[in-house]
Amino acid sequence: MIRVVLPAHLKTLARVDGEVEVEVEGPATTAAVLSALETRYPTLRGALRDHATHQRRALVRFFACGRDLSHEPPDAPLPEAVADGTEPFLVVGAMAGG
Amino acid sequence: MSGVRVLVGTVKGAFVLTADGKREQWEVRGPHFGGWEIYHVKGSPADPDRIWSSQSSGWFGQVIQRSDDGGRSWEAVGNEFVYDGVPGTHQWYDGTPHPWEFARVWHLEPSLTDPETVWAGVEDAALFRSTDGGKSWAELAGLRGHGSGPHWQPGAGGLCLHTILLDPADPERIFIAISAAGAFRSDDGGATWKPINRGLRSEGILPEPEAEVGHCVHRIAMHPSRPETLFMQKHWDVMRSDDAGDSWREVSGDLPSDFGFAIDVHAHEPETVYVVPILSDSEHYPPEGKLRVYRSRTGGGEWEPLTAGLPQGDCYVNVLRDAMAVDALDPCGVYFGTTGGQVYTSSDAGDHWTPIVRDLPRVLSVEVQTLP
Repeated sequence: MIRVVLPAHLKTLARVDGEVEVEVEGPATTAAVLSALETRYPTLRGALRDHATHQRRALVRFFACGRDLSHEPPDAPLPEAVADGTEPFLVVGAMAGG
Repeated sequence: MSGVRVLVGTVKGAFVLTADGKREQWEVRGPHFGGWEIYHVKGSPADPDRIWSSQSSGWFGQVIQRSDDGGRSWEAVGNEFVYDGVPGTHQWYDGTPHPWEFARVWHLEPSLTDPETVWAGVEDAALFRSTDGGKSWAELAGLRGHGSGPHWQPGAGGLCLHTILLDPADPERIFIAISAAGAFRSDDGGATWKPINRGLRSEGILPEPEAEVGHCVHRIAMHPSRPETLFMQKHWDVMRSDDAGDSWREVSGDLPSDFGFAIDVHAHEPETVYVVPILSDSEHYPPEGKLRVYRSRTGGGEWEPLTAGLPQGDCYVNVLRDAMAVDALDPCGVYFGTTGGQVYTSSDAGDHWTPIVRDLPRVLSVEVQTLP
């Protein structure tokens, strides 16, 4: 089970409170976590990454274990502490005005 | 007693303002989708409880919301807007080819007869339609594919398809407008399109002032009883067509400025038209700091300022293209929202105005439903 922390606007969109948990099939990667999130919460489709190309939206960031994983390959293994549920996978709206 | 429901889109959420037929006491609900840009909210003429909302943000992209209970609760529906085939390119600001990229939905136009069908005008400019209640969207690619698409250039606000008019007398006829490509018409339900810009002049803006495409049309309005007659607020110039856009003539007349964004037609008088003059293409505020709606009872040409209840000094707000609407009560109610967050109403066709709300975020759109 992977723990995911969504930013406030996406919690509202997904209609969840607090952390969410998702199961991934196969290796725990960013792509697998996002797919699991989109399957469980279909309203998040398109909000994190492009529907078709799966390119991360420019102002969405992924953090875990004190690291910015946003620029890692989406199929790279996530830290073990994320994969085993010790640490959460953080979805972050980038700092930007407006 | 009948009533009205005013649907307001702002840069930080949607608001629903309701009143009975007297239009004196208002209930304000919102913000819905707080923190998100709401480009447009519009109700279905076929089912007033069904309302569509375009919600977007720079962080999280596009969401389409649907309400089936008059705006009390909402459900996110499909948001996958994929251009048909290989999207190709349009021109970028510097004239170089730029790939078509979806940015947001500017305008949602519900079908006049089918609550499940809704049209979406998007940036980069294209027309989409859903026939399954918003679950899925398909592009009507004949618009971008009619030939001039690769030459379209964005206006300052982006290459946006912002106006969709459905002809109540002919379900096959649709009008759309794009900044800065111009106006287009389909006579076959959206399969094929032709530019309808003859008579428009963009002097000093286009190298060929009477070009077939490239005009920055800001908004088109139609009275449902006369779908052959169209009124247009262009970047500069207020225009009129009496042949469904085949030709246009200028009706700016004695307006203090013929620049502006919003334009609408009285619900019961097809020759009564409203605009809000704005000083210039860079000075997006009213001339002399006086917020004036101008009304023509002659279908353009002769205009009278409507000022009662509107600020007549030190007012420097704008009224954006989708931010004016009329109700169908008698006398006709007129509504508009400003970039300063005010939503004004007149329940006597424009003679007197009063603010419903004064302090909303920047208003992007105003629509009105007249309820039984």
